[in-house]
Amino acid sequence: MSNLRSLTFDAIIIGGGGSGLRAALELAKSGKKTAVLSKVFPTRSHTVSAQGGITCAIASADPNDDWRWHMYDTVKGGDYIADQDAAEYMCSEGPKAVFELEHMGLPFSRFDNGRIYQRPFGGQSKNFGEGGQAARTCAAADRTGHALLHTLYQNNIKNNTVFLNEWYAVDLVKNAEGDVVGCIAMCIETGEVVHVKSKATVLATGGAGRIYASTTNALINTGDGIGMALRAGFPMQDMEMWQFHPTGIYGAGTLVTEGCRGEGGYLINKDGERFMERYAPNAKDLAGRDVVARSMVMEILEGRGCGEKGDHVFLKLDHLGEEVLGKRLPGIVELSKTFAHVDPAKEPIPVVPTCHYMMGGIPTNVHGQAIMQGEDGKDQIVNGLFACGEAACVSVHGANRLGGNSLLDLVVFGRAAGMFIEGALNAGIEYLDATESDIEAAMARMTRWNESEEGGETVPELKAALQDIMQASFGVFREEENMQKGVKQLAELRERIAKAHLPDKSNTFNTARVEALELDNLMEVAEATAISALERKESRGAHSRYDYPDRDDVNWLKHSLYFPATKQLKKRDVNFKPKTMATLEPKIRTY
Amino acid sequence: MSNLQVSVYRYNPETDSAPYMQEFQVDTKGRDLMVLDVLHLMKEQDSALAFRRSCREGVCGSDGMNMNGKNGLACITPLSEVIKGNKLVLRPLPGLPVIRDMVVDMGLFYKQYERIQPYLQNDTPAPAIERLQSPEDREKLDGLYECILCACCSTACPSFWWNPEKFVGPAGLLQSYRFLVDTRDTATQERLSELEDPFSVFRCRGIMNCVAVCPKGLNPTRAIGKIREMLLAEAT
Repeated sequence: MSNLRSLTFDAIIIGGGGSGLRAALELAKSGKKTAVLSKVFPTRSHTVSAQGGITCAIASADPNDDWRWHMYDTVKGGDYIADQDAAEYMCSEGPKAVFELEHMGLPFSRFDNGRIYQRPFGGQSKNFGEGGQAARTCAAADRTGHALLHTLYQNNIKNNTVFLNEWYAVDLVKNAEGDVVGCIAMCIETGEVVHVKSKATVLATGGAGRIYASTTNALINTGDGIGMALRAGFPMQDMEMWQFHPTGIYGAGTLVTEGCRGEGGYLINKDGERFMERYAPNAKDLAGRDVVARSMVMEILEGRGCGEKGDHVFLKLDHLGEEVLGKRLPGIVELSKTFAHVDPAKEPIPVVPTCHYMMGGIPTNVHGQAIMQGEDGKDQIVNGLFACGEAACVSVHGANRLGGNSLLDLVVFGRAAGMFIEGALNAGIEYLDATESDIEAAMARMTRWNESEEGGETVPELKAALQDIMQASFGVFREEENMQKGVKQLAELRERIAKAHLPDKSNTFNTARVEALELDNLMEVAEATAISALERKESRGAHSRYDYPDRDDVNWLKHSLYFPATKQLKKRDVNFKPKTMATLEPKIRTY
Repeated sequence: MSNLQVSVYRYNPETDSAPYMQEFQVDTKGRDLMVLDVLHLMKEQDSALAFRRSCREGVCGSDGMNMNGKNGLACITPLSEVIKGNKLVLRPLPGLPVIRDMVVDMGLFYKQYERIQPYLQNDTPAPAIERLQSPEDREKLDGLYECILCACCSTACPSFWWNPEKFVGPAGLLQSYRFLVDTRDTATQERLSELEDPFSVFRCRGIMNCVAVCPKGLNPTRAIGKIREMLLAEAT
C-alpha cells in the first residue's frame, strides 16, 4: 500500500464555514466518526463576513408571512432557473433551521415583543409579488454571519466534533469504480500529507470570488472544492452565474450590506439623483442585486458616475441618523471609516458593483448528493461525494441569488446533508478501497509543485494575471468577442501555471505551497466560468450579454453543465415540480 | 513614507537555529497602506514569509500581530496609525509559541476559550419558535458577542503571559460573561462555580492592556469586573 499515513472517518467534511459546521453538527450529534477539515481555524471562514442577515419566513415582522411568498421571490430572483423543488425545501424547512440557531444561542436582534428582528431586503415581496415590500431578513445587527458562524462553532465544541484545523485538502481520491472514497490532505503546520479515507466526503469549501481582481470575498475564497471536483472529472453547473454585489466599497472591495438599503439608504449619482427610481420604479433600491448592479454600471457608462474618474456611485445613509446607524449598522460605520475614510452619518459611501457570490457550483440534490450526467442525459448520483453551501448548486439561487438567502442555504442544506449521510451510514455503505495508483493520481499536482524547478513564473504574478483576465472579460456585462479573447488567454495561462515554480519547499507552515495549490483551483474555476459564460447565448439574471440582451426561454430555460474532460457545455433540465404547490410559471421579471 | 523600512521576525524551525529580525524595503508609492498590504508586498519579495490572513476586513481575526510594539489586526491598521519615523517592526503575538515567522501556536488560547463552555446552555424544552428576549436583554450582549478570537488581548496581558494554563485570559472571560449575562442561559451557577478559584478570574490585575489593544473596541476588563461582582454576590 501507499506509504502515506491514513486517517479513517465515517464522514469527512471539507470546509469549516456555515454549511460545513452545520453538517458536522448533525453528524457529531449522531455519534458518527466525523471530522471537519479546514484550511483555516473555522471562525476565520468567509461566512464570518456575512452582514445583513438570513432571510426566512419566520413570521416575526409580519405574523401572516408565508414561506411560499419567500419561495416565489427566490424563484423570480433566480430568473426562473432555480430548481423549484429545492427552493420549496429551503423556504419551507427554513424556519425550523433558523429557530434551531436561536436555540443554540445565536444573538439575534429583537423586536419589542421579544421576537427575532427582521429587516427588508432586495427582491422581497408579500403575496407572490402583489402585496408590496416584505421584511423577511432575520438579523443580528449587521454581523449576522459572524454571530451565526461562532454559534455553530460553539455548538460543535459542545458536541465534541473532531477538527483538523489548518489542514488543506489537495484532491479527491476515487476508486476503480469512480466512487469518491476520501481525499488527500496536508497538515499545514507540519507539511505531513495523509490519505483521508471516508465513506462520505462533503465539499463545503465555499466560493471562489478570488478569480476576480475586485471582490468582496476573503483571500481564502479560492474555490478549492470546485477545483477538486473538476480535476476528478465531475461536471459544474451554472458557472457563468456570478453575482456582483451593488455595494462594494470603491477601491477596497469590502462589502457594504444590502441591509443599508433595507434600513432606508439609497444610491445616488453625481447629480444627487436617486437613479434606481428610473430603473425599478416599484422596488427602487431594493430590486434584485443583478438589476441594481447593472443600473449602477449604466449610470457610470453614461457619465453620471461620481468622483474624479466618474467610476463609482454613492450610497447615502446620513438621513437615517446616528441612532439607527449605531444600532442597526454598527459594523458598516466601522468599515466605512476604515476603508472609505468616510463617516456614513455625515457623508455618502463610494460604492461600485463587486464580485460577491458564485451561484453555480457542484450540482446536487436536496440531500447534498453530488450529481453527474449519464450517457443518456439523465442525472446520476456520484457515490460518496456530497456538497453544500456556496460550493454546491442545488440550485436555489438560479441565475441570481437574493440577499439573505445564502445564510439560509448554508444551514438548511448543511443540515440536510448531515441528516442524509447519517441515514445512509446507518443503512450501510461499502465502496471498493482506493488502490495505490488511485492515491497517486490524487497526489499528482502536489508532486508537480514539489518538483517544480527554477525558471517558471511565480504564483502571485500568475494569480494577478488570472484575476485581470476574469475582470476584463467576464464582468457585469459580457460580449462574445471579448469572452473569446478571455477564454484563449486562460488556455495560455493554464500552460504557464503548469510550468510555474514554487521556490519554497519547506514543510513547516508553508503558506507559499498552499497558495500554489489554491492557484490550480482558481484556474479550474475561472475556465469553467469562462466557457460557460461564452456558451450561454442569452441574458438571464447575473449573466448579461450585450450581444444577446434578452432572456431566451425557448433555448435556455436550463441549467448549464460544464464538463472538464471535454471543456464543453451541455444543458440540464430545471425542476419545475415543487411537491406541495403549483409550479411558479416563468414571467417577465420586473421590479 | 514612500520607501518603508520594515523589520520582521523570522523563524523557520527547519532551517534556523534561532529567530532573527529581517529587514525589508517596501515601496508604498506614498499610499497609506494597511499593514497587511505591506506584508503582501513583502511576500512578493520573499514567498517564504509566513503569516495568517483571511477576510482582510477585520472580522475573521486571523492576522493579529504586534506592530511597532502594539497588538492589532494587520488588515485594518493603516501605516499612519503605527508608523514611527519610517520604520515598521512586525513581531508575532507575544507569549505564544512561534510555529514559523508571524504564525503562532494558538492552542493555549483556544483551550482557555473552550474551558468556559462557550455555548448557550438551557435546560428547559425549546419552544416551537424562538426563545423570546426583550431588546433590553439582548442589548446586554452588545460589546461581548462581537469578539473575533484574534487573541490580541490575551497575548497583551501580563497575567496571561505568566499563567496561560490557569488564567482564562481576557478573551475567554469576555465570552464567559457573554453567556452569564444572556437571559436565555440557565447554567449561571455552574459557570460561576468553575471560575471561583484564585486563578481563572482573579489573576486579572486590571492592567487593561486588553482594552487598549482590542481591534473591535471591546472591554474585557469591564466584563471581568462584572463576573467578579457576580462571584461576590454568590459568596455573600
